[in-house]
Amino acid sequence: MSALNIKKGSTSHSAYDLRDPHAEVVESHTLAVLVDNEAGVLARVIGLFSGRGYNIDSLTVAEIDHKGHRSRITVVTRGTPAVIEQIKAQLGRLVPVHEVHDLTVEGAAVERELALFKVRGTGDKRIEALRLAEIFRANVVDSTLESFVFEITGTIEKIDAFAELMRPLGLVDVARTGVAALPRGF
Amino acid sequence: MQRQMTGARMVVQALKDQGVEVVFGYPGGAVLPIYDEIFQQNDIRHILVRHEQGAVHMAEGYARSTGKPGVVLVTSGPGATNAVTGLTDALMDSIPLVVLSGQVPTFMIGTDGFQEADTVGITRPCTKHNWLVKDTDRLAETLHQAFHIATSGRPGPVLIDIPKDVQFATGSYSGPAEARVSHYRPRTEPEAEAVARLVELIETAERPVFYTGGGVINSGPAASRALRELVDATGFPITSTLMGLGAYPASGKGWLGMLGMHGLYEANLAMHGCDLMINLGARFDDRITGRIADFSPRSTKVHVDIDPSSINKVIHVDLPIIGDVGTVLAAALEAWTARGRRVNGAALQKWWGQIEQWKLKNCLAYAPSKATIKPQYALQRLEALTKGRDRYITTEVGQHQMWAAQFLGFEAPNRWMTSGGLGTMGYGLPASIGVQIAHPEALVINVAGEASWLMNMQEMGTAVQFRTPVKQFILNNERLGMVRQWQQLLHGERYSHSWSESLPDFVKLAEAFGCKGIRCDNPADLDEAILAMLDHDGPVIFDCLVEKHENCFPMIPSGKPHNEMLLGDAAVAGAIEAGGAVLV
Repeated sequence: MSALNIKKGSTSHSAYDLRDPHAEVVESHTLAVLVDNEAGVLARVIGLFSGRGYNIDSLTVAEIDHKGHRSRITVVTRGTPAVIEQIKAQLGRLVPVHEVHDLTVEGAAVERELALFKVRGTGDKRIEALRLAEIFRANVVDSTLESFVFEITGTIEKIDAFAELMRPLGLVDVARTGVAALPRGF
Repeated sequence: MQRQMTGARMVVQALKDQGVEVVFGYPGGAVLPIYDEIFQQNDIRHILVRHEQGAVHMAEGYARSTGKPGVVLVTSGPGATNAVTGLTDALMDSIPLVVLSGQVPTFMIGTDGFQEADTVGITRPCTKHNWLVKDTDRLAETLHQAFHIATSGRPGPVLIDIPKDVQFATGSYSGPAEARVSHYRPRTEPEAEAVARLVELIETAERPVFYTGGGVINSGPAASRALRELVDATGFPITSTLMGLGAYPASGKGWLGMLGMHGLYEANLAMHGCDLMINLGARFDDRITGRIADFSPRSTKVHVDIDPSSINKVIHVDLPIIGDVGTVLAAALEAWTARGRRVNGAALQKWWGQIEQWKLKNCLAYAPSKATIKPQYALQRLEALTKGRDRYITTEVGQHQMWAAQFLGFEAPNRWMTSGGLGTMGYGLPASIGVQIAHPEALVINVAGEASWLMNMQEMGTAVQFRTPVKQFILNNERLGMVRQWQQLLHGERYSHSWSESLPDFVKLAEAFGCKGIRCDNPADLDEAILAMLDHDGPVIFDCLVEKHENCFPMIPSGKPHNEMLLGDAAVAGAIEAGGAVLV
C-alpha cells in the first residue's frame, strides 16, 4: 500500500476498498455534503447521524447558491474507516444530497472555524489576554473596561488552544461556528 | 400542457397519469377534498380499509405481487401515525409505496390543531423520502417525483403530506412528461471490469454458492429469468433469503432451500464452506450471517447491490458490484458466454457430493403425530393440495412464517409476500387482501399464527366488503410460538406472557364477519378441511389447531455461526450460551 503512495483510509485511487477492514482506529473526517436547500434537509442529515449512532463533532450549514437552491453542509465526524465509509454511503442515498466529499482523504483541504470569546478581567490578566489575542491574530470586536470579545478564525486546533489559554484569564463565554472547509487548488 | 385545477383534483389526475388503478385508504377531515374527487370518477378504485396500518400492508401486498407501486391515502394525525408501522416495514423490505396524507391547513400548522401531527417529521426516518407540499403549484411535480423516487434505484416508501387548503386551492397541473424530475438517478449499470472479475471467479470456483435476496424480485421478472439461466448453466448451488424466495424455482436442480437462522442445514453449511459466495440483491442481514466473525470464513465474497450503502455495511466483501441485479446478471451471462461458459467441473462435482451428504441430514424432519396436527404437516398438506396452482402466499410473523418458508415451494417470483426486515405481526391478512385485489382470480392464502392474525383481524371486514376470497390459514397453537420457543431455549422455560387465554372462536368470528369459518384439529380430517377451504368461493378463516409446543428447527441461535445449528429438540440442551440471550 505504501508503495502506491495511497493515504490510509483512501478509496479514491481504486475501484476496490484497500483499507484494512479490521482496523479499529478511530479517525476524524471532514465531509462536505452538497444538498438541495429544501425544508427538512438538515433534519434528514442529523437524523441519519443520530438514528445510526454516528458522531457529529462539528456541523455547519448555509445556502451557497440561492438561484440553484443549493446548500453546503460541512460535518466533522469520527469513526473507524468502515464507519466513515458507511456514513458517506448513507449520506449519498438521501434524495436531496447531490454530492458527498471526504475532504480528509480527497487531497489537501483548508478548514476554518470562526469563534467569539468573551473574556472578563482587569489588570495584568486583561493585558495578558490582549497580548495573547495579538499572537493568535484574534480581533477585538467588543470592549468594556472589564471585558473583551475576541473574534478568532482558524483550525479547530488553533481555536481549542486559544480557549485553553483564555480560561485562566477570565473566559466567560464562547460561541463557535463549526468548521467550514474547501479543497485546496482547483 | 398545463391545466388549472384544484389540488385535490391534481392528486386524482396524477394517480391516473401514473397508471394507478387502486388506492387503499381511509377518509378523514383533512382529506375530504380528495375523497370528493375520488367520488366523482371511476378510473381509480378505492379500497376502504378498517385501519390505516391495514391500508399500508395491503399496498405492500399489491406492490410485492405486481412490481407496481402501492398507493395509500390517509388523513392527518392518527391516520398518518397509524401508517408508520407499514411505512417502516416497506422501507426495511424495499417495497415501493406512495402514501398520501392529509394535513391541517397551512395556516394552522404548528398550532396543535385538531388531528394535527408533524407527519413529515414522524415519517422522515421511515420513508425513502417525504414532502410537505405548501403550494398547490408544486403539488403535481411532487406527486410525479414521488412515483419516480419510490420506484427507482432501491425501491421504498415515500409520503406526501398535503394540507387541506392546498387541496382546495387552484394551481397549474402538468403531467409526468412535463414535470421537472428530480436529479435522483441511481446507478444501475455495473462497471465492466467488475463484471469481468466476477466471470473469472465463476470460471475457477471450486465450492461456489449463489446467495440471492429480495433485490432479484425487485429488479423484475427479467432478473429472475437471467438468474435461472446463470444458475442452471453454471450448475452452481443456490440459496435465498426469506425475501428472495421464488426468484429461482424450488423445483430447480440447483436449489438448496432458504438459508439463515431457520434456513436449511445444507444451505447454511454451503454458505459456511464455500470458496465463492455470490450475493445477488441481499444485504447480509443478521438473520443470515449469524456470528459475523465466523461468517463464511474462507470465501471470496461478491456483492451485487443497487444501494452502495449495502456494500461493506455488515460483511466486508472482496468484489462489490453496484448496479441493478438484472442488469448485472445479463452482463455476467454475456461476458461468461463470450469466454466459452467455462466452470471448474471436477471441483463442482465434488462440491455437490458434499452438499448431498448434508442433505442426508434431512434437517426439516419432525416427529409426526396421528393425534395432533403438527404445523409442519399442515403446511405439507397445504403444499400438496395447492401444487400446480398459481398460488400467492402471504404470512404473518413467527414460527408459522418460518415453517411456510421451509415447507412451501415457490416456483415464480412475486408469489411470496412476507414481512422480512421489520418482522411485523399483523402484516399477512391485509397483505393477502392487497394481493387478491391485484389478482382477483388467483388463489391467495395467508399462512398465519393466531396471535399475529388478531393484530389486524379487523381487515376481514375489508375482505368481505370487497369480495376478496382470501384464505386465512391460521396455525393456532394458542401461544406466541416463536416467543415461547425462545423462552424455552434462552430464558429457562419461564413462559412470560407468551400464552393467549380467551382466544376468540374463529369459526364464530368468521360468521360474525359474514364469511366462512372452518375448524380442524384432527390430522385425519385435514385434507378434506383444506379442500373445503380451497373450494369455497369467498373469504375463509381456517382455524387449524396444531401442536402447542412444537419448535421450529433448524435454528442458528443468535450469536452462533452457520456451522453450529440446532437440529430438533434432542440437540438443544446447553447449546445456547448466556451471551446469546442478549441478541434478538
